[in-house]
Amino acid sequence: MAIHLYRIDDRLIHGQVVVGWGQPLNIQLLVLVDDLVASSDWEKELYRMAVPPEMEVRFADVGTAIREHAKYDMDPRPALLLTGDIDSMYRLAKAVKAIGNVNLGGIHHRAGRSEKLRYVFLTPGEEQQLRELESAGVEVTAQDVPSARAVPLPEVLQGAAR
Amino acid sequence: MSENSGGGPGNPRAIVVGHGEFAGGLVSAVGQICGMADKLVVLSMMGMTPEDIEGTIREQLARTGARVIFTDLPAGSATIAARRIVRDDPAIVLVSGVNLATLLDFVFSTDASPTDAARAAAERGKASLIVVGR
Repeated sequence: MAIHLYRIDDRLIHGQVVVGWGQPLNIQLLVLVDDLVASSDWEKELYRMAVPPEMEVRFADVGTAIREHAKYDMDPRPALLLTGDIDSMYRLAKAVKAIGNVNLGGIHHRAGRSEKLRYVFLTPGEEQQLRELESAGVEVTAQDVPSARAVPLPEVLQGAAR
Repeated sequence: MSENSGGGPGNPRAIVVGHGEFAGGLVSAVGQICGMADKLVVLSMMGMTPEDIEGTIREQLARTGARVIFTDLPAGSATIAARRIVRDDPAIVLVSGVNLATLLDFVFSTDASPTDAARAAAERGKASLIVVGR
């Protein structure tokens, strides 16, 4: 069983991930890749308590996720890999060639970011990283929930789908 | 701040926060049933970063003196934010999975401290879930 979804979402584990995507994809393994969370027992426990008992959560920093990716991908359970920012997914996808698509699920407003979609705000540097991923053969789309249309990256960057 | 200092007469006693229009709808229903919606502060977290959600809840707790936070889903961003707040101030109580029966019981428990009222209301809310039919 492969990893079904590679998602970037600054809210990390939350309702859209656990319920919105987790239920229709029958996700049973959630890999949370975040350097800060992986270094804190309290943060790990905080997010572990947010998932239902039938779902296992593994925590990894980006370096560990690069090394362990093949294990996640070979796990027999349907899996979802989640990062909280574009840079973490960028580093992971540049190092792991098996990653073929990335979902922009929620990147919200902060200083220096401009609105591309209701739930996607990007800095110029983040836009560049996403363009590089696409150039490297990774399909990048924005889709907050399964019932929404997957918006291709060029359309996201134009802001045409706002 | 003591448990009883928040939510004095006329003041909100709790914050209700959840996905979409959940909090507003639930508190609207409280108002329609018993006219006590002013005991609750409604927060929506639509389009907010985790930091914004946590900051907004903290601001409202400070502004109103409320000592209770009601959220919808255990996995929700609001619940995660509220758990961070409770870690910093264990006198605040978080109730996740709130429903209408919980809030109605809470707003009527005016003699109990807000946190005691929240604990009792959570039990009432659990008991209100029933299944009818075969």
